Amino acid sequence: MIEQIVFYLFGGILLLSASMVVVMRNPIHSALFLVLSFFASSAIWLLLQAEFLAIALVLVYVGAVMVLFLFVVMMLDINIATVRAGFARFLPVGITVAVLMVTAMGLVVGADYFMSDTYMAIKSVGSDYSNTKELGITLYTEYLFQFEVAGAILLVAIIAAISLSMNKSKITKSKNPQDQVFVKKQDRLRVVKMQSETKGTES
Amino acid sequence: MMNADLIIAIPEITLLALACLVLMVDAFSKDPLHLLTYWTTQASLLVVLALVLYYFPENVQVAFNGSFVSDSMSAILKIFMCGISFVVFLYSHEYLKEHKCLKGEYFVLGLFAVLGMMIMASAYSLLSVYLGLELLSLSLYAMVAMQRDSSSASEAAMKYFVLGALASGMLLYGISMIYGLTGSLQLVTIADKINLDDTNRMFLVYGMIFMIIGIAFKLGAAPFHMWVPDVYQGAPTSVTLFISTAPKLAAFAMSMRVLVDGLMPLVEDWQSILMILSVLSMATGNIIAIAQTNIKRMLAYSTIAHVGFLFLGMISGTSSGFSGSMFYIISYALMSMGAFGMIILLGRNGFEADMLDDFKGLSERSPWFAFIMLCLMFSMAGVPPFLGFWSKWFVLKELVASGFVELAGIAVIFSIIGVYYYLRIIKLMYFDKPESMTAIKSSKQMRAVLSLNGLLILALGLSPNILMSLCLTAIAG
Repeated sequence: MIEQIVFYLFGGILLLSASMVVVMRNPIHSALFLVLSFFASSAIWLLLQAEFLAIALVLVYVGAVMVLFLFVVMMLDINIATVRAGFARFLPVGITVAVLMVTAMGLVVGADYFMSDTYMAIKSVGSDYSNTKELGITLYTEYLFQFEVAGAILLVAIIAAISLSMNKSKITKSKNPQDQVFVKKQDRLRVVKMQSETKGTES
Repeated sequence: MMNADLIIAIPEITLLALACLVLMVDAFSKDPLHLLTYWTTQASLLVVLALVLYYFPENVQVAFNGSFVSDSMSAILKIFMCGISFVVFLYSHEYLKEHKCLKGEYFVLGLFAVLGMMIMASAYSLLSVYLGLELLSLSLYAMVAMQRDSSSASEAAMKYFVLGALASGMLLYGISMIYGLTGSLQLVTIADKINLDDTNRMFLVYGMIFMIIGIAFKLGAAPFHMWVPDVYQGAPTSVTLFISTAPKLAAFAMSMRVLVDGLMPLVEDWQSILMILSVLSMATGNIIAIAQTNIKRMLAYSTIAHVGFLFLGMISGTSSGFSGSMFYIISYALMSMGAFGMIILLGRNGFEADMLDDFKGLSERSPWFAFIMLCLMFSMAGVPPFLGFWSKWFVLKELVASGFVELAGIAVIFSIIGVYYYLRIIKLMYFDKPESMTAIKSSKQMRAVLSLNGLLILALGLSPNILMSLCLTAIAG
């Protein structure tokens, strides 16, 4: 009973904050609502006794990804007016698609068809049970292949990001720190011998 | 048990290792032509090709707890993927060198894309299908965007990325539906579960529709084709060449794995969906292609039309129909490779020969390459005795044998409409005066390989049974 209350509470917060992400005018507010929705979904994971996933979600998404995201949002000067320009025009189409999707989903997604009877209720386990360990064992045995492919995908993401952002052309001006360290006095300073000027010689 | 698994996946493991090696080689080379990177890339592809041939599976071998399969279909597709990528990289190197936008990452990302394709060809669980697809798409997005100072390439990359992400989302949504209903991600288990109990068939179909949308997006079938013309036109020709060849084989493999290995019990349902997609694709592709003046854009619409034809073989629902589809997609990849190779051949530094008018009077400038282009265009149009005729013939034959006579009739009408824009290029080449008499300058190897490419279309067209028997063993075994 109490579990159901907690589930609906956090489920409600999740839905509400997720829709606020879309609706909010200020991108910073959207990002903060996204943080809230991550918290709510990690609470739902805790209900499923998946402690590791719940904590990883908070640590990785809230702690790292969203902070970076906020930095980017604050650094970019996003003009909300241009982003919202087509909003009214595309609203009817959007609403039609959304209503269709929700109706179809409502007909299909339900406890009757999702074999909820065949899934066992979550076993209650003792405090010495390690969720992390179980997850690790599954990940490195049953899903080893997928795990390796996911690693390759991350490597490709790094290569792509670096090759797209690294620009060696003349447009970017950069200093080479090594050259700066090894600079000598004679590279920068030129001593010019001049005849001394005296005041009031002419006229 | 683990060692046996590793041997089954040895081509993929080797390719991953070699791709990392190429990455390191490129990071430490200072050569502006990236010759060492290029040759290691090509050598890697040949090594992987040799490994696939050496470990050619005699029966279906499943590894990694049912997430990876090696059968003759995956092996034959992998052979073509490696071979086609080899030629594609050869053409691309020429193009990138000529247009002074050579970057070593092109080859590294290309190798990772090939790895993604091979994983898709061998995927036996929905999760592997998805991961292989993502590995392929992510590499392709970056390859399209690589020319940073070209605004059209950036725009194409953005469109490709956003629509590709949407398609992946659709696919994942369908996967999660099917997983929720059957409780399994493994394709064989899914098929068994549906065979045992299909009381909630309607809901399975609901999930399947999302997966088909994802597949149709990736193949570029109408009405999910919007990205194809823009990406083909905007991307550098070297990347368009790559996108339009080997990844099509992977997309075919993905649809075979998902629809035939996993969802064969729902065959009546996906047949009717594919029928709609197929007719729409053939109509949009063939009719809109007529209005194009840019040859890259025209070939993009021609791809859409060809995807419609590819679906016809799958609609027939028999194993010989699937072989026909496989024959179709392999021959399409070979033809498309040649056609984009011709665009690269005619281009020079700062000039892309991507308008139809650039082909005017090619027979006077270079009779030999006009003949090669003639072979390619006749083949795409489906004129006997070229390869393209046989691919259409096999697909239509199976379709009629399965009783879809009306659909075959529609397909014939649309392919007749399509003949117009292929023949227009031939008319431009042979009956119009050239706008400039600039000599075609390109390296000997490019000329030799492109000539072989065109002659291969003719040779395979004269003896189509070699390729067809390969495709028949691929599906049957």
